[in-house]
Amino acid sequence: MTASSPVAPKPLLTIEPRPGWVPLNLREIWQFRDLLFSLAGRDIRLRYRQTALGVSWVVLQPLIAGGLFSLVFGILAKMPSGDLPYFVLSYTGVLAYNVFSNTLNKAGICLVGNAQLVSKVYFPRMVLPLSTALSTLLDFAVGLIVLAILMGVYHTHIHLGAGLLLAPVMIAIILLMALGAGLWASALTVSYRDVQYVLPVLLQFVMYATPAGYKLSVVKDAAKHHPHLFTLYMLNPLSSVIEAFRWACLGEGELHWGWITYSAACALVLMLLGSIAFRRMERRFADVI
Amino acid sequence: MSSNSDVALRVQNVSKAYRIAHNATRATTLAEALVHRIKRPLQPPTYETFWALQDLSLEIKQGSVAGVIGRNGAGKSTFLKILSRITEPTSGKIELFGRIGSLLEVGTGFHPELTGRENIYLNGQILGMRKREVDRQFDAIVDFAGVEKFLDTPVKRYSSGMYVRLAFAVAAHLSSEILLVDEVLAVGDAEFQKKCLGKMGDVARSGRTVLFVSHNMSAVSTLCTEALVLHKGRTAFHGATQAAIAHYNEAGYNTHGSTWEREPDRKSSALVVQAVTATLKGEQPNHTLAVSVRLESRTAHKPAFMSIDVLDASGAGVAQAIPTLDRFIKDTPRAHDLEVEIDLPALIPGRYMLTLWVGSHNTEMLDFVQEIVAFEIEQSPTPGRTFPHNPMHGYVVPSSRVTVLDADLAVPAIR
Repeated sequence: MTASSPVAPKPLLTIEPRPGWVPLNLREIWQFRDLLFSLAGRDIRLRYRQTALGVSWVVLQPLIAGGLFSLVFGILAKMPSGDLPYFVLSYTGVLAYNVFSNTLNKAGICLVGNAQLVSKVYFPRMVLPLSTALSTLLDFAVGLIVLAILMGVYHTHIHLGAGLLLAPVMIAIILLMALGAGLWASALTVSYRDVQYVLPVLLQFVMYATPAGYKLSVVKDAAKHHPHLFTLYMLNPLSSVIEAFRWACLGEGELHWGWITYSAACALVLMLLGSIAFRRMERRFADVI
Repeated sequence: MSSNSDVALRVQNVSKAYRIAHNATRATTLAEALVHRIKRPLQPPTYETFWALQDLSLEIKQGSVAGVIGRNGAGKSTFLKILSRITEPTSGKIELFGRIGSLLEVGTGFHPELTGRENIYLNGQILGMRKREVDRQFDAIVDFAGVEKFLDTPVKRYSSGMYVRLAFAVAAHLSSEILLVDEVLAVGDAEFQKKCLGKMGDVARSGRTVLFVSHNMSAVSTLCTEALVLHKGRTAFHGATQAAIAHYNEAGYNTHGSTWEREPDRKSSALVVQAVTATLKGEQPNHTLAVSVRLESRTAHKPAFMSIDVLDASGAGVAQAIPTLDRFIKDTPRAHDLEVEIDLPALIPGRYMLTLWVGSHNTEMLDFVQEIVAFEIEQSPTPGRTFPHNPMHGYVVPSSRVTVLDADLAVPAIR
């Protein structure tokens, strides 16, 4: 045996100040993946406890919003809806838009809403906003059942094809955008509670600035003589993907591949910047919240 | 084995500073922040730096149960928060040789609407367990907490004892090599406290390491193999438990009454106890304690009242004085100077400490400062008593009389 000095064991973890930018550390989030699902489960279980109508609210909310849109835009403003009843059109749009607004809304308040946890227990904080996406997806899945029924009822007017495969891609893009913005919003809310009041107002505005309750062709017609107005409208990264989702499910609407690519790029950039900003602000959460 | 290989954690020159913005520059809304920037574009915001921990260095060996003791604001909680990675140190380095599990406040992460079963899973996972691990430990947790019958009841319907038992059980079954425990034993009934202490002993015997923060000196002395005394963010003493407790009991106090003043801190409470002075007056057995208290209303709060606890040297409660149940502290953004007079019961000689509480309701605390000032009783309340008093027989000597009545023997005469 050689005379070897005992090797000092490597510490399992070293705690040090980390100035500047912090790596994303996705491996740690992976280790906490069970928590991701549990938090989403908690959110879903709690949301409709002590409500008279329970889970039916998941369906009722988009149904009512879709109904209102068909009343205002379809019946009063007489906007076109192709071969389909206006309601089918607006419901589908609202369903896709809700993926964005629900995720962003919930993600925005998730840190402040769990202030107790954040200031008392360590876990990768990003798990909290990420879990909101899961619970939104479940809501979305329930909403899809109603959409499937509507599609069945009006199957003679809907030309389904391979295009349907685009629907999940569009939802993924929307979700990514919402999460990117949500990470930012949640981290900002820790220092500035203003964000939680601004967000709903902003989302309301964005809803009218996306083709959720009406077809894109309406905007195109209105902006016939002002092409930059249409460009401006499409610069909203939600516009092309919500329209594309409706096209995929109902065969109504237009596909603008260029704009869809732009939206996908926006989503990736938002997600990347959002998570980097989140990690950077994260270290102060427990001290400020 | 080298002395290196059985270290559980090594702390090297760790400091933590908090920046406290002065009231005028503290912005909690974007608008305030913007307005401030616009008004004074060139003046940087002024901050005061408050060192919660300063240059802390120590090593804890595997399998030891280390007590962390110190007065309010000594840096105990900050230390645990850094160890459990809730907040980052400002400088220095900590090396951990094992998974760390923390139990900073019992029941954090419990949701009142969820059932016991749901909370066990959620809480376990928040504390870092995988679902599989919770599955494996589930029966042991339920068994330890003794809540079998209520597993599917929302925990908001639990008694506070059951709640605490369940919360402790989840954390105690973490498979971490280093366990941080903060004041859990302050809650729960005596029997459960004993069970918790036992569990922590088991944890230590299995070779794992426990860091135990407490004000309860008797728990520290029965449980801990060593103790660390923190004072104003620095190590005042680190070594054998009994020596540490002795150090703790003596540090920082005068004999007759003493004065305490709040260090600048980041307390966000609306009403805070700013300064306290206690002076012992009178002679045994009619001592009165004059306590001057300065409170500060920092932001709007509900009208409040206060209580003053008298504790023995180990931190166990002796008596509580509540001058009035009226909510007499009004919400005016200024300081309130109070003079409280407490007619002390006839106490046995020894050192006593005071803990102050202010709140708007017995369940709505605004501020709570523990063991901040001390006073010493030197004479026995019983005139002429020369043999010592023993706290085993209690702290209060009630006045008592005896009357001897002469009577005939009722026993029949011996035949």
